[in-house]
Amino acid sequence: MFAPEIVLTAVLNGLLTGSVYALVALGLTLVYGVLHIINFAHGALLTAAMFAVLVAHLGLGLDPYVAILILTPLFFALGYLLQRFVIGPAGHGSDTNLLLVTLGLSIVIENALLAVFRSDTRSIDVPYAFASIDIGFTLLSVPRVVAFVVALAVALALGAILTLTDIGKGIRAVAKEKLGAALVGIDVNHVYAVTFGLGTACLAVAACLLMPTFYVTPRVGNAFVLVAFTIVVLGGMGSILGALLGGFIVGVVESLCGLYFGESLGQIGVFLIFILVLLVRPTGLFGAKA
Amino acid sequence: MSVRDLLPIVAVVGVLALIPFGASANTVLNFLVFTLIIAIAAQGWNILGGYGGQFSFGHAAFFGTGAYATAMLQVHLGLNAWVAFAIGIGAGAMVGLVIGFLSFRSGLRGSYFSLITLAFAEVLRIVANASAITGGAAGLLIKLDVRPANFQFHSRAAFFWIGLALVALVLVLTRWLEHSRFGAQLMAVRENEDAARALGVDALTVKLGAIALSAAITAAAGCLYAQYFLYLDSTIAYGLWISVEALLAPIVGGIGTVFGPLIGALALHGLGNLTSLMAGRIPGIDLVVYGALLVLVVAFAPDGLLGLVKRLRARLFRRAATETA
Repeated sequence: MFAPEIVLTAVLNGLLTGSVYALVALGLTLVYGVLHIINFAHGALLTAAMFAVLVAHLGLGLDPYVAILILTPLFFALGYLLQRFVIGPAGHGSDTNLLLVTLGLSIVIENALLAVFRSDTRSIDVPYAFASIDIGFTLLSVPRVVAFVVALAVALALGAILTLTDIGKGIRAVAKEKLGAALVGIDVNHVYAVTFGLGTACLAVAACLLMPTFYVTPRVGNAFVLVAFTIVVLGGMGSILGALLGGFIVGVVESLCGLYFGESLGQIGVFLIFILVLLVRPTGLFGAKA
Repeated sequence: MSVRDLLPIVAVVGVLALIPFGASANTVLNFLVFTLIIAIAAQGWNILGGYGGQFSFGHAAFFGTGAYATAMLQVHLGLNAWVAFAIGIGAGAMVGLVIGFLSFRSGLRGSYFSLITLAFAEVLRIVANASAITGGAAGLLIKLDVRPANFQFHSRAAFFWIGLALVALVLVLTRWLEHSRFGAQLMAVRENEDAARALGVDALTVKLGAIALSAAITAAAGCLYAQYFLYLDSTIAYGLWISVEALLAPIVGGIGTVFGPLIGALALHGLGNLTSLMAGRIPGIDLVVYGALLVLVVAFAPDGLLGLVKRLRARLFRRAATETA
């Protein structure tokens, strides 16, 4: 057995990782809740955002945290256009078609990145990458604490957008009753595209938070998207609060499994949760009845 | 099943069987064997996805189980390759039954079924990557011992004909399915599961039968892969790539049709190879074409290439008819 400090450190690190997972899952759950699309392109879009951070840093000398301000609107626009002009028209409103279109998109994005950047593992070099805070019994990495705080702030902001703004009300109306929303004059296609844009914007923030301590390869998004699917299913498809809590739970579970079963089996705990939740309670912790 | 039903199958397989006499270059045969392996995996997917309407995103679970079973039985137990091949197919069917029983009994449908199959394949991949019996991350090598009794041949053409024979077998099986009672029940479940059950179809049993058959066929593709390349690791056997290949080919070729998976596999890999040849050795460029093709097919030809041809022909005939009238 491990000493309590070690276990506690693992839990804390799991929470920090979980916050970024939650951010990725937030975008996924938002898109599912409103458009009822299981967005397979989510991971590839995250990879694209991470490469965008890399290029901004190497090409323009931008700090990843400054890049948040530029990349977030940029990826919002990208998501908006993708949904409006590719996914929406190609899907013909059928669930399986939408699934296949996003799968096709993810293959295109991932391999276009592979063609341009090749399969090398790349990372960026920032002075604060290894900075840490001493909290008595253990050290916490500064970039990961920053990621934790910003991820929480983004979740709050997203909640505020959904409850306080007009477009947020529109989004919630469409999620509840698409036809009714259309009848009272809400432009459903616009709302869909805005939602997809918001989901993609979350990825840009997540990418900026990840890059100081993580690496990027054209396939890196796959690892995140499978975890994000688990979180979304665990928290309940479409639930923002569920995604947040699910993210923390999965982060901690992964961290503890890594501690007890070793690095290579660490992720198996995540997938076992995934399968168990799907089998026992497919609506998740906070999901409405399907 | 009448002779008329089998005629197109005999004709297509007969023409394909002649290819090695015309083009015997190793690169061509290599490409063809690989494409046939994908076609078999896709034919398996088409049974469950095309005729049963259950979209699996994790057919790698069956492909990998077949491949690993074949390889492990030979490497660890010294079993004859042909026997191992047969057991591999059975092992794939068993895994299919287990996954099917767990997910169908819980009533998972649509996207949820896609997600859980994906998760099962990932769990198997992680386990295979971490255990000693599968060779872990280093992979598993089958000993080179080229004898027909050993399922190893000097000529790639032999593998091509074996692959083609398997494809032909599944083509006949699929044609039989279309006309059988089991197939009719399966398609009824695809169209409307609740209605089918109201009419007395035992939906769970039908879906279990479909996933077992589907898994067995895809496992056969995995066995052939192991036997042809004599090397496996967890990302080859249980990787997402084969799950995607298995579903892409039927959708591009024509989902829920006898020839769809074969046509889709030939078209995708033909086009992919062509792109690689033209664009030089840029990694991933062929897959960009795959992905784009998938989006285009879903957007403009929901019934795949076969459906497209049918539609064009109908339009052409109609025009000809109006012109003569």
